[in-house]
Amino acid sequence: MADVNRGKRPLSPHLTIYRPQLTSMTSIFTRITGNAMLLAALMIVWWLLAAATGPGYYDLARTVITSWFGSLIMILSLWALWYHFCAGLRHLYWDTGRGFEIKQAERLGIMVIAGSFILTVLTLILI
Amino acid sequence: MAFMTDRKRANGMGSAKEGTHHFWSMTVSSIALAILMPLFIFNFGPMLDESYADVQAHFAHPYPAILTGLTLIVAFMHFKMGAQTMIEDYVKGGARKITIIAVSLLSYAAMATGLFALASIAL
Repeated sequence: MADVNRGKRPLSPHLTIYRPQLTSMTSIFTRITGNAMLLAALMIVWWLLAAATGPGYYDLARTVITSWFGSLIMILSLWALWYHFCAGLRHLYWDTGRGFEIKQAERLGIMVIAGSFILTVLTLILI
Repeated sequence: MAFMTDRKRANGMGSAKEGTHHFWSMTVSSIALAILMPLFIFNFGPMLDESYADVQAHFAHPYPAILTGLTLIVAFMHFKMGAQTMIEDYVKGGARKITIIAVSLLSYAAMATGLFALASIAL
């Protein structure tokens, strides 16, 4: 019964067998960007704590966060946030049962990528 | 093992009856963040390179304070649940539980630290 072939059933093809596609790549980047933002989030919490502690400590946090390395993390995270934002909107759209045709799904993928860069540049100009 | 009945093996492996709760929480928090994040970026972002006095004055106002507090709470809850999904996909067994607990504790700690800092600046 349930013991038949237990542990040695055939597996369906997985990631390694597929050529990278726009849909799969934009999907995995949603996960990467979402989780990578932890670093910037913790830096912002630290910056807030420094601002609550006193002027001396605040100056240190400000110097670190606006250094070339801090700025690099902040700008990459800004892009990550806008990417995750666009990809999240795509998920909400998918949740309504629309956008699953291959052409539509690929167009949505391009929109997510383009949207993330446009919004990042716009933010950097406006801030 | 050989003496286990099919019924016994299946027992306790079924639906936890709350399978959609995680999904629904992510949906709700994602919509909240879709509203909060653009506001937060443009309100909070410019403050990162302001003077100590300007930062104190900024967060003393209700709008920046409430917006930052809300973003801290919703973003770290959303992160905690999203990271959990990733861990469930890539980490197995006991390490999975430990990693999920560690990420949850880190999220709560970051949230509490941020809220404390915000409160002491704002009040």
